[in-house]
Amino acid sequence: MAEKFSVKKYLRDLKLPFCPGCGAFAVMDAFLKAVYELGYEDLSRFVFCSGIGCASWIPSPYFMADSIHTPHGRSIPVATGVKLLKPDLNVVVFGGDGDIAGIGLSHFIHAARRNLDILVIMVNNMVYGMTGGQVAPTTPLKAKTTTTPYGSFEYPLDMAKLAAAAGANYVARWTTAHPNQLKEAIKKAIQTKGFRFIEAVSQCPTAYGRRAGFKNAGEMIKWFRENAIPLWQAEKLDEDSLAQKIVVGEFVERKRPTLVEAVYRIIEEAQKTEEN
Amino acid sequence: MKTVKHGTYFWQGSEACAEAAILAGCRFFAGYPITPASEIAENLAKRLPQVGGIPIQMEDEIASIGAVIGASWAGAKAMTATSGPGFSLMQENIGYAFMTETPCVIVDVQRAGPSTGQATKCAQGDVMQARWGTHGDYSAMVLSPNSPQEMFTLTMRAFNLAEKYRTPVILLSDEVVAHMREKVAVPPVEKIEIINRKKPKADEKAFFGLVEVPPMPAVGEGFKVAVTGSTHDEYGIRFTSDPKVHRRLVERLNNKIQNHIEEIADLESYNVEDCKIGVVSYGCTSRAVYEAVENAEAQGVKTGYVRLKTLWPFPEKTIKKLAEKAEKIIVPEMNLRQIFYEVERAAEGKAKVIPINKIGGGELITPEEIMHKILEEAKKGDG
Repeated sequence: MAEKFSVKKYLRDLKLPFCPGCGAFAVMDAFLKAVYELGYEDLSRFVFCSGIGCASWIPSPYFMADSIHTPHGRSIPVATGVKLLKPDLNVVVFGGDGDIAGIGLSHFIHAARRNLDILVIMVNNMVYGMTGGQVAPTTPLKAKTTTTPYGSFEYPLDMAKLAAAAGANYVARWTTAHPNQLKEAIKKAIQTKGFRFIEAVSQCPTAYGRRAGFKNAGEMIKWFRENAIPLWQAEKLDEDSLAQKIVVGEFVERKRPTLVEAVYRIIEEAQKTEEN
Repeated sequence: MKTVKHGTYFWQGSEACAEAAILAGCRFFAGYPITPASEIAENLAKRLPQVGGIPIQMEDEIASIGAVIGASWAGAKAMTATSGPGFSLMQENIGYAFMTETPCVIVDVQRAGPSTGQATKCAQGDVMQARWGTHGDYSAMVLSPNSPQEMFTLTMRAFNLAEKYRTPVILLSDEVVAHMREKVAVPPVEKIEIINRKKPKADEKAFFGLVEVPPMPAVGEGFKVAVTGSTHDEYGIRFTSDPKVHRRLVERLNNKIQNHIEEIADLESYNVEDCKIGVVSYGCTSRAVYEAVENAEAQGVKTGYVRLKTLWPFPEKTIKKLAEKAEKIIVPEMNLRQIFYEVERAAEGKAKVIPINKIGGGELITPEEIMHKILEEAKKGDG
């Protein structure tokens, strides 16, 4: 690592589309730093799949890499086809909470169940940002959004717990107030086999923060820092005390055999049987 | 038996489709169980691993075609198979495959709809969905087999067209054709044409334009290809507000199909040059037309037929020619008029177009029904 880290060497020469203060910058930075620290000089061993939403624009088309920008919610099925055919490539899915936890949720659960060898990074800004700030499956209870002007009357979904229950090999949640932990989790996830899920809780000052009572991005990051509690502490709290908290840390780390391993073993056996 | 050998087989339509796919080079199948298309998935679940290919059952039809698109960008020929309800779910990604120029094959084994309808019963009600099912301005390529033999030849053709034109191709089958068992001749390998997508040269960068059908890299080959369903320029970069970029892209995507109707549109015809009554049909219904025409001729009515093996793009010129010769054109189909209007439009008033429609319970239109209509219309004369 003689050369100093710069995101530029991994990016196309295009202007990034994110609003000032957007958390996508921090997630992009953490990912590329992780890649750099793992010794990847470029992204030629990676394929990125993403759906629709601001977070899906992190790789597409800005990463100097192969990227497939799919319809809303469909990044994981497309990544399934890519990974099964190209098992040697690192297949990484970027998406927002609307994309992954809303319209694409079924695909997410099934990919975790299959232990498909992909890394899913969900940038959770708790809102549909690109469409102007509507309530999401991850919006905190009572939060005001454009479609819940009286406050959200639904409970948010805990995607990290869901991924762990569905069968993922690695699950972590951090926030943009924890850039170093986020980067380290991404490094670990890239080096792990099977289904890996990282939730990056992220600020959207434009479409969420201003309606939810935050003056700017800085206030939101401060909120993340002050309300984040580690998993081991959270285990001691009841549901009510946890409602306003963001539980961070590593939820699961295991080595279940993966989908790619299983599929290729079957192919090998079927071909052997044919020869006999 | 790695790939099927030259010879004659007694196959179900679905089996012929599966074997043809493998012979055409298909190495990835993703699907979701649905009557009456599940046999295709079952055949490929067994056969694909034997040739080094991958079958997978996904959580729904949306995911199935999504995985097929991913596999195609990973360099594989890939296919999915479904029926009406699943075909409806696939429309989103069919549009995506069209917009991103992703070659793939979608088999729709038609059953009676709308909605769940009659799951085990034959119908031909998806003709217009196959043409217009996804949103926006697009052109569909849709083939229509009428026998297990054609489930074989047209599946192979579907892959060849998909690869040549870099577009999704729909094999619009039906319950009868996919479930019936007949003799299927598999030609010797040297007689089989297999088309593979054009690959880019090392220094090429325009994978989405500049020529009618641009070269297609696979991911992982170093081309850093950016694929998107948003409006994009020749290099795959999103341009979502420039009207010129949108027109250039969408017009090319349509023209690459519409400018080649002559090559794509395939049909079987008989006596179109010298008939009083013409019959235009496709799929399972067309099987009744042969006998009907023969019997009508035996009773002295000059009859001809056009059997469409390609529904879309629609062979307007052929139908127009038929309309110039025939006084009347009869269109039997197992729906409440779909290709009928297309025939009427192409006939430009030069012949009277008369429908025969039957839906429900999988009851086929019989040779007698078609023959009686031919005789009746011949007797009536021009009125």
